[in-house]
Amino acid sequence: MIAGSYDVIVIGAGHAGMEAGLAAARMGCKTLLATLSLDNIAFMPCNPSVGGSAKGQLVGEIDALGGQMGISADATAIQMRMLNTGKGYAVHSLRAQSDKPYYHVYMKQVAENQENLDVKQLMIDKLLVENDQVVGVEAETGELFEAKCVILATGTYLRGKIVFGSVNYASGPNGMRSAEKLSSSLLEAGIELRRFKTGTPARVDRRSLDFSKMQIQYGDDVVRNFSYISEITHRDQVPCWLTYTNPTTHKIILDNLARSGMFNGLVEGVGPRYCPSIESKLIRFKDKDRHQLFIEPEGLETNEMYVQGMSSALPADVQLAFMQTIPGLEHVRMMRPGYAIDYDCLDPLQLKSSLEHKRIAGLFSAGQSNGTSGYEEAAAQGLMAGINAVRKIQGRPPLVLGRNEAYIGVLIDDLVTKGTNEPYRMMTSRAEYRLLLRQDNADLRLTQKGRDIGLVTDARWDKFTEKRSAIERTMHYLETTFVNPTEENNEKLRRLGTVPLKTGITMATLLKRSGLTYAKLKDCFDLPDVSPVVQEQAEIQCKYEGYIKKQQQAVEKALHLESKRIPADMDYASLKELSGEAREKLQKVRPDSLGQASRISGVSPADVGVLMIALETRRRQEAEGKE
Amino acid sequence: MYQEDTISAVTTPLGLGAVGIVRLSGPQSLAIAEKMFRSASGKPLGAYPVRTMAYGTVRDEADAVVDEVLCVYMKAPHSYTAEDVVEFQCHGGPQSLRRILALTWRYGARAAEPGEYTRRAFLNGRIDLVQAESVMDIINSKSAAALKSAVQQQEGVLSRKLKAIRKDLKDVIVHLEAVIDYPEEDIEDVTYPEVAGAIERALAETDRLLQGAHTGLILKEGLRTAIVGRPNVGKSSLLNTLLREDRALVSEYAGTTRDVIEEQLVIGGVPILLADTAGIRDTEDYVEKMGVERSRALLEKAELVLVVVDAHTALTADDEAILTAAEGKNCLVALNKADLGVDPALRESLEARFGKDHVLAVSAKTGEGAEELEKWLQEFVYGSEGYVGDGVYLQNERQIDLLRRARENLADAAAGAKERLPYDCLTIDVDAALSLMGEITGETVRDEIINEIFARFCVGK
Repeated sequence: MIAGSYDVIVIGAGHAGMEAGLAAARMGCKTLLATLSLDNIAFMPCNPSVGGSAKGQLVGEIDALGGQMGISADATAIQMRMLNTGKGYAVHSLRAQSDKPYYHVYMKQVAENQENLDVKQLMIDKLLVENDQVVGVEAETGELFEAKCVILATGTYLRGKIVFGSVNYASGPNGMRSAEKLSSSLLEAGIELRRFKTGTPARVDRRSLDFSKMQIQYGDDVVRNFSYISEITHRDQVPCWLTYTNPTTHKIILDNLARSGMFNGLVEGVGPRYCPSIESKLIRFKDKDRHQLFIEPEGLETNEMYVQGMSSALPADVQLAFMQTIPGLEHVRMMRPGYAIDYDCLDPLQLKSSLEHKRIAGLFSAGQSNGTSGYEEAAAQGLMAGINAVRKIQGRPPLVLGRNEAYIGVLIDDLVTKGTNEPYRMMTSRAEYRLLLRQDNADLRLTQKGRDIGLVTDARWDKFTEKRSAIERTMHYLETTFVNPTEENNEKLRRLGTVPLKTGITMATLLKRSGLTYAKLKDCFDLPDVSPVVQEQAEIQCKYEGYIKKQQQAVEKALHLESKRIPADMDYASLKELSGEAREKLQKVRPDSLGQASRISGVSPADVGVLMIALETRRRQEAEGKE
Repeated sequence: MYQEDTISAVTTPLGLGAVGIVRLSGPQSLAIAEKMFRSASGKPLGAYPVRTMAYGTVRDEADAVVDEVLCVYMKAPHSYTAEDVVEFQCHGGPQSLRRILALTWRYGARAAEPGEYTRRAFLNGRIDLVQAESVMDIINSKSAAALKSAVQQQEGVLSRKLKAIRKDLKDVIVHLEAVIDYPEEDIEDVTYPEVAGAIERALAETDRLLQGAHTGLILKEGLRTAIVGRPNVGKSSLLNTLLREDRALVSEYAGTTRDVIEEQLVIGGVPILLADTAGIRDTEDYVEKMGVERSRALLEKAELVLVVVDAHTALTADDEAILTAAEGKNCLVALNKADLGVDPALRESLEARFGKDHVLAVSAKTGEGAEELEKWLQEFVYGSEGYVGDGVYLQNERQIDLLRRARENLADAAAGAKERLPYDCLTIDVDAALSLMGEITGETVRDEIINEIFARFCVGK
């Protein structure tokens, strides 16, 4: 029974699915967003927060390309902080405490009201594939939905299993239904699956906590937004709280290790190193006599508080007992226990840089189903999968972002080139051109691309171009305005606490000096009055000029290899000159470019040299064939 | 790997033939050559018709003459690689070839990868399809050899030394990255003195390696050695004794710019470049007849001086003059003719003057002491405080070039740490240095760092 026909079907409406569905619909494709519960749309099953180091950058990029996450996070934030402000502009990252229920409601509304988007509660059991081409999906009701492209955004729902202590049951996150049948359909289609694990800490009752024993942590006074188009200038904020475990806490946990789902044989999947359970932390870092935990509000209209840092698969009674040894939590009442969750996901090496499956045309995958972790990582992939599904239907080449263009580019390139053996989290240290990929310039980097593919609205475009020209005007002014060593000028400089001039320099050169800001110079030298955002851009561009140049030179070098495309049907088996390991890996990954090939572990510079020659040989043979 | 940078290498086998060629290829070739070449006519190289030999000298940064050369510029695409190419034909032997090569790097070239000229030639259409396969073989076999030596180095001293340097730097980076990527975790902040200290230590260690690298490369051609002594003290018979068992004549250089003839020998496994042995095989007594003045002149240039004196007669005025000239040099005094007895007073006074370890009794006639002398040479060159130091472990120009570039980044990083640059800038220079060192040992940086963060710091929700 054909129940519907779509251009794009998205399976899952979490952070990846939402962006995928919205992007496809906004780009004009008739799209179905299928979720096994409408009450779970854009649900945050773990921490009530968006952003943070490297993740804030991802949100900025999603926003610049015309995605949704930044706008929704701005609208639902109950605390905002800029992290890393003392460590350099490139690593400034915005982090929001989100009102979890409101975030879901907000996103649900966006989805429901999106033109071209059907939102349905459906359990998808089967992926329908004919001759290596996706044709649709089948729901548990027996309804068939036809589609040109299908995007998997299944999160932790694929054969999900919740474990804490001896309790274990088939489940999606937070007690939702799990998708039990889709996995076998994927396996039948020849897709390789693996099992990963993640976890979440307990939620506790705000009224049972003694905040006087904890350190308070407020949001920033300055109101900031992720989105370049959000115009929120006032936000009521609530604080978070910091406290620590102690040796008594640790003793209880270690005494009960054998009862943890992590060690009683119930958890099968590979968990992330950066997000270990408290029991794993104690085992791996025996010498640490305390671990910190943040108590974060889950929302304004709930008493539930998230206990960040205490993810655990211990039995509920042990979770309660160890928490009650922590200052401020002596009388804590647990509302939900923490748990570990096992789930099926794809080995991302099966995907192209467009996030399309290498063999099955029209099948895309995004988010935790690709082995990543984190709402922002998921949303970023969802957006790209949505965009590229539409590009495929349009008969256009995919949008693939370079490692020098976006964290999104680094994320996807890492996944499809190196794969991952644990849930993958974005970190700024994964980006070799970190200085170029700042949160503050995500719009300058990507809005044009978003515009080209049709996701950037006129309103966003106008706002962006206005900002861009203001920055250009300001830079031009700074670079062409000279400050001469007059007595008057030098007196001003002395007052600013900087050394006087001996020769004339440009305002841009002066602004490089540490301690000097646009605002300070503006007061003394009558600089044009521009917005704080433009001032900041001018400061960054002046102060970081030297290092930005260094990174740009590194990019230029690397681009020589990136621009050398490798045909999809490259015959690696016949290249005897490759090392055995390189041949095997290249056959598996099938890189798009020599640059991508060079990043595969086991492919040496000599192997890349062999590939270069093989490509040239092939080119000449083809040229001869044509003559 | 990048076709648009400029590469250089010595393209003739080192130590063979009297003329050596240093080749530059890439867009910067002419610009780099102009910085180091002074034509005899005073015209810049670019003013000569292309593919015309220009005669002149290569000068170092201090404008001192490195060698007389013939220099030729071949404009793209009319060259072997189809890129701009400059070649220097030099006559001064391996040392001046290497100095010229080092100058090309200083002015912006980098060391060519194995087979890179051939690869560029092919990629630029200079070689036809039939040859393509053999090109791949060349690259492959060369890199296989390089890989093999890389693997050997893994266990070797160079690798250990580099690892020690890298570890220090990596610790700093890992700490910085952990603090950056986990700002909300309970991780102690990095301090600038900690960073600056680690970088400066790495810089000093790198400098030590690079300094040794220079002498290490010289050693490949042989330790420049002079055998001196008054006439008829037994220099040539001693030399012949030493050569008897392990004679390996490696090559002979006749430099047009020098009036000295050098010969490469191996004594006890140590390559020796023996100065002024012209016709040693034909005129048995050439060395023997060499007088005091000649000895003095030789001493000047030698890296090791072997002074031969008679073991059982008192020092003559000539002996005295030579010994005085040898003082302060790396020096071994051989008490020859020890088979006839060693004067204990003489021995004592020489030991007092040059050190107990620098006086050996030998006999050219009986071979007594020859083994000790070989051992002494080995210890001198390769010993723990050996003459060559760590640099001997830098195997080739590519390694030196990589390390030299790493050093530049470290110098920037050290300056940056002093100025308290923000972390995001500071990591760029340290990272670059680490990658370059990683290219020598075949290790990648990024993944290691991320693994280390998780190994060292307890982070997570």
